[in-house]
Amino acid sequence: MIPELGQFALVLAALVALAQSTVPLIGAARGNSRWMALGSSAAIMQCVLILLAFAILAYEHVVSDFTVENVVQNSFAAMPLLYKITGVWGNHEGSMLLWVMILSIYGMLIAVFGGNLPRALKARVLAVQGMIGLGFLGFILATSDPFNRIIDPPVDGEGLNPLLQDPGLAFHPPFLYLGYVGFSVAFSFAVAALIEGRVDPAWARWVRPWTLAAWSALTLGVAMGSWWAYYTLGWGGWWGWDPVENASLMPWLAGTALLHSAIVVEKRDALKSWTILLSILTFSLSLIGTFLVRSGLTTSVHSFALDPRRGIFVLGLLVAATGGALTLYAIRAPSLKMGGLFHPISREGGLVLNNLLLTTMCATVFIGTLYPLFLNALTGKTVSVGPPFFNFCCQLLTPLLVAAMGVGPLLAWKRGDLLGALGRLKFAAAASVIIALAVYYLRSGGPVLAIPALICGLWLIGSALAEVADRVRLFAIPLSHSFARAVALPRSAWGMVLAHAGLGVVIIGMTGTALWTEERIQAMAPGDSVELAGYQVQLQSVGPVKGPNYDAERATFVVTDHGRLVDTLAAERRTVHPQEQAVTNIGIRTNFFADIYAAVGEPDPAKPGAYVTRLYHHPLVPWIWVGAVIMVFGGIVSLTDRRLRIGAPTRRPVGLPDAALTAE
Amino acid sequence: MTRRGKRRLQALTLGMLGLGVATTLALTAFRDNLVFFYSPSDIAADHINPGRNIRLGGMVEKDSVKHEGDVTEFRVTDMAKTIGVTYRGQLPDLFREGQGVVTEGTLSPDGHFIASEVLAKHDEKYMPPEVASALKRAGEQTHATSTLVEKP
Repeated sequence: MIPELGQFALVLAALVALAQSTVPLIGAARGNSRWMALGSSAAIMQCVLILLAFAILAYEHVVSDFTVENVVQNSFAAMPLLYKITGVWGNHEGSMLLWVMILSIYGMLIAVFGGNLPRALKARVLAVQGMIGLGFLGFILATSDPFNRIIDPPVDGEGLNPLLQDPGLAFHPPFLYLGYVGFSVAFSFAVAALIEGRVDPAWARWVRPWTLAAWSALTLGVAMGSWWAYYTLGWGGWWGWDPVENASLMPWLAGTALLHSAIVVEKRDALKSWTILLSILTFSLSLIGTFLVRSGLTTSVHSFALDPRRGIFVLGLLVAATGGALTLYAIRAPSLKMGGLFHPISREGGLVLNNLLLTTMCATVFIGTLYPLFLNALTGKTVSVGPPFFNFCCQLLTPLLVAAMGVGPLLAWKRGDLLGALGRLKFAAAASVIIALAVYYLRSGGPVLAIPALICGLWLIGSALAEVADRVRLFAIPLSHSFARAVALPRSAWGMVLAHAGLGVVIIGMTGTALWTEERIQAMAPGDSVELAGYQVQLQSVGPVKGPNYDAERATFVVTDHGRLVDTLAAERRTVHPQEQAVTNIGIRTNFFADIYAAVGEPDPAKPGAYVTRLYHHPLVPWIWVGAVIMVFGGIVSLTDRRLRIGAPTRRPVGLPDAALTAE
Repeated sequence: MTRRGKRRLQALTLGMLGLGVATTLALTAFRDNLVFFYSPSDIAADHINPGRNIRLGGMVEKDSVKHEGDVTEFRVTDMAKTIGVTYRGQLPDLFREGQGVVTEGTLSPDGHFIASEVLAKHDEKYMPPEVASALKRAGEQTHATSTLVEKP
């Protein structure tokens, strides 16, 4: 009875979504406020119903109700509770339910917190959200019903895919979806603005916090996925340019561009048409990401067995959403009023350059990821695009982007002083070059590419610090005054500084692990020792251990530094029940400057008592995720900025400078 | 031309420039980095330059996997043709005999495949799409030849 209740809730939610996507739209066109108001109540109602359906599915998983097909296929009675819960979205049906649940939560938040929106705009935004919800609820009900019953229920389930029995599953998909789906809000705002034919700074001010929230969540989601892939052997490391990974990078690049172009709309009333287009493209790329992952059309190490009909349905939704929005854009964009003018050397100019570079990067990733699909459809040939292509493009574009990221924030709006800005950055530039050369020298060599890459990362951190020093007039006025200025700086300024510096930390981490990693693969018997990056790693023992739902051989490694004990590592080779599938669990020892990474493989038939072991030394790799967390923190700090929370903004009187915005 | 029009033209030029750079980059870097996929039958039929990076996919033949230290030897088949593969390194956890596999590497002059990578999977039931289509094609071919043979 309970699963049917969940299904009933989903059908009701679809009907509510149908009402939400039509009635407020008609109400807004006719000026009928009661019809418009229906949008909010429908959005809240839809969210409550989907939350109920999700809670029911989670309940079915927790109590192991093996009359439900989804539970049978992805759970079993003796599995740890954490994996019973994460198993809810560790499969296609549950994952799509999570997708629409997050979508409906965003809809509900707009309804609740959108009190300062003009009624017609709010009604239209919620209507567009309703349409997306309707499409995906239809998708779930038609092809991916999580509440399907089994006529002849088995005694026990088949268990969750052993590779997914990992804490990563608890966080990575929810945050990724919070990001993907969060861009739907910008999309809905863009479509609503196109219907109204009006984009103004107020519009951008409403869109920015939603975009910022989605961007922060997506950054965290991608970083967690990268970390999970790093500590899982065979998933291609922290980034493998796999189609599924690229699918999450494309909306991130477009979303980052959107975040910056929306600033120009808000502050300068320019780039309006472009920002609308970016809003549409960002969410479309999120849908393409969902399509790539859910269709199984491209070969990926992160793919699952799938029913191809589902891919076609998602493609249909993608075409409807993107095609519809772009058609509307083509009709309405020319009527959008042009905004303020600016000199190419100005804050706006810097942000335009940022947008050009980010979209160019996004386009190259798009081409590399989808070219094999198009070629296969057109000629039947099967190809894949290798990592060198992506690396080449990014290595070419990133330095330009990084240079602009340092200079841009120091330029004034409308017309900036490039030489003045460069002058204020000379210490940052000098320091980054000197530190990069010093690090390279101390590492005693390695690929020369490390020097420019390190300079990029250090320059971002240095220029972010220089930006703060400049704003608080460090050393130009007494320190206490500088401190008072620092406290008074708008949160959004701190957010920007943190996000830019965070990217610098990420780039340094990428450089270290990409260029200086050491690898040792060998057969080791207990007692054998191997030298790795100046450490001695000894295989101490290999013995059986028993887990809640697995049996394992555990290898214990002792890491010493010239006789001094550094740490012990445990790596396991598990056999997970009931699938009897082998899973390799690696051991990691980190000191935030480098990781020692150990994996144990099969026994070596040639050498009795020996096992094949893999040992790695990954310098600076933790910085990738520390940097990403700094970026996310920057996003959150910026979200708490007062100006994003206060009521309906009004335009500032022309000619009155805003002390917080201009450097001078 | 008005100031506004000039600005718009500048923005457009910059945009086109970006697009041009993207296309040029893509085209030049593309040629070297396209990795073509072959089934064992394709390799038997085509002449493939030894040393070129390609992907080979099919089923891991039953009873063909031999381990020696960190070197693994196995055979990949599409049920029509079979090719021997040598791989050094740790195999993905879901690598099994009788299951689909995609490997990347180069062909040696004697027709043996030296794999530098064996692609991992997340899901035991997952069959890479190109392997599925390669098996289908090979199946059709063997079927076609057998009907030819049966004809008097």
